[in-house]
Amino acid sequence: MTQGTNDGATPPGSVGWTPSQHELMRRRARSSQARRRIAVAAVSSVVVIGGLVAIVLTSSGWPVVQETFFNWGYGVEVTPIIFEKFKIDLLLAAIAVVFIAVISLVLALLRTSRAPALAPFRILAAVYVDLFRGIPLLLVLYLIGFGVPALGLAGVSGLDVEILGTAAIVITYSAYVAEVIRSGILSVHPSQRAAARSLGLSPAQTMRHVVLPQGLRRVIPPLLNDSVSLLKDVGLVSVLGVVEGIRQAEILKAKSFNFTPFVVVAIMFLIVTIPLTRVTDRSLARSIARQNAQGVA
Amino acid sequence: MSASSDAVQPLLELRHVRKSFGNELVLQDVSLVVPEHTVTVLIGASGSGKSTLLRCINQLEQIDDGLVLFDGVDIADPRIDADETRQRIGIVFQAFNLFPHMTVLDNITLAMRRVHGVRRADAEATALELLSRFSLADKAGEHPDRLSGGQQQRVAIVRALAVAPRLMLFDEITSALDPVLVNEVLAVVRDLRGDGMTMVIATHEMGFATQVADEVCFLAGGVVVERGTPDRVIHDPQDPLTREFLRRVHEAGRL
Repeated sequence: MTQGTNDGATPPGSVGWTPSQHELMRRRARSSQARRRIAVAAVSSVVVIGGLVAIVLTSSGWPVVQETFFNWGYGVEVTPIIFEKFKIDLLLAAIAVVFIAVISLVLALLRTSRAPALAPFRILAAVYVDLFRGIPLLLVLYLIGFGVPALGLAGVSGLDVEILGTAAIVITYSAYVAEVIRSGILSVHPSQRAAARSLGLSPAQTMRHVVLPQGLRRVIPPLLNDSVSLLKDVGLVSVLGVVEGIRQAEILKAKSFNFTPFVVVAIMFLIVTIPLTRVTDRSLARSIARQNAQGVA
Repeated sequence: MSASSDAVQPLLELRHVRKSFGNELVLQDVSLVVPEHTVTVLIGASGSGKSTLLRCINQLEQIDDGLVLFDGVDIADPRIDADETRQRIGIVFQAFNLFPHMTVLDNITLAMRRVHGVRRADAEATALELLSRFSLADKAGEHPDRLSGGQQQRVAIVRALAVAPRLMLFDEITSALDPVLVNEVLAVVRDLRGDGMTMVIATHEMGFATQVADEVCFLAGGVVVERGTPDRVIHDPQDPLTREFLRRVHEAGRL
């Protein structure tokens, strides 16, 4: 009864309790303060947002911009054409996520392992991460997309640009994600490891059942964040000649000299990424709440 | 100490154990004899090496010198599989160290299933039996953060007991608890003593030490300064260091 907001609901065990005069007065004061806050927020939102919209709409160039970027009729017309190709973005992202998950997990486990037999792989993993975390994705795309076919290796030279492009994205993102997972693994308190080892679990069992589940859970928010970036970066495979959503929009624009296709494809990305970022925010809030609740344990 | 300790090989024996962390010498020369079915209580100021000693016994820390004989075998020998050793020595920590992502039941059955290859159903039956013995059966499905400190610590004890260790180590298991919860946890240890469990206990609870200990060892400066029955060491200390320590404990109202 003493903490948190008292909304006037009757908690169990308070039978026969009626709020005192000064408590009732405080509640009246609180609700009038709340009403005032809502009013201020509403007025301020209307003024600021309305002002911005007014500035754009009354600008001298707005009719032209509206015609070239927000042409409703043309937008509706090109939407199915763009969506057909936007599906390629979604598909490549989905395939990439699976490979990234596996490869980055292996990299992170190698980098945190202490087994002597794994020493060379540990070094290779570190080199790999350093390398591909530091090279811009666009360059990796060029190097893989044009370099690999040039090798003329049997079975490799005939690969589709879609596959090469996705491979480049997988290679780069695996390095990013491996570091995120590794930081999760390292964030698990040593006492957890000690507890597991004291029960006779081997280092591998300790990792599998105690450290990894906790470490991964902690890095879910940054991992979701990386998936949003991944989805957007998949569009970069268009530099290798893949006609996906963004490239399709560009083709349409080149034909019509109207930029509306870009807006359409941007909206398509938003429809997928906004729910993802909302999930990220919520899972971040949850994990913070959980960590605060845990205390010593 | 039990009368037969000279005749039979003790379950655990430490000889001249030495351990330092960097430049800090924590254990200088500690010897200890723990016959089977006896309770040894370690007392001493914070930082006197009680926890380190326990961690050295189950090989969570590597000793610098000396012998840790378990059943007559030096388990500090790197050629002895430490995982295998730890399966026979349970430890309970001050901070509980339960696995927060698992239910109480999974915390307890993890080692049984993964290390000892017990089938899930059998492991859960064993776990539930132990839980109900310590009045925790209704908590089996909960996660540790939903439990009180006393309940968490009792679950940690059950988790260590579940794999039927021959020796149990308790590292200041009540230091993070309020007085009421302290009692509920200590009752479990008394219970285990009744079962004849061999235990080494580091604690600041002198009253409890008097009740359960066969032998009390007072640690200071990395050595066992004084040892003997609880009546002898706690109620009639001979060494000035022991007297000073107990006087301060008394002043703090903990005797």
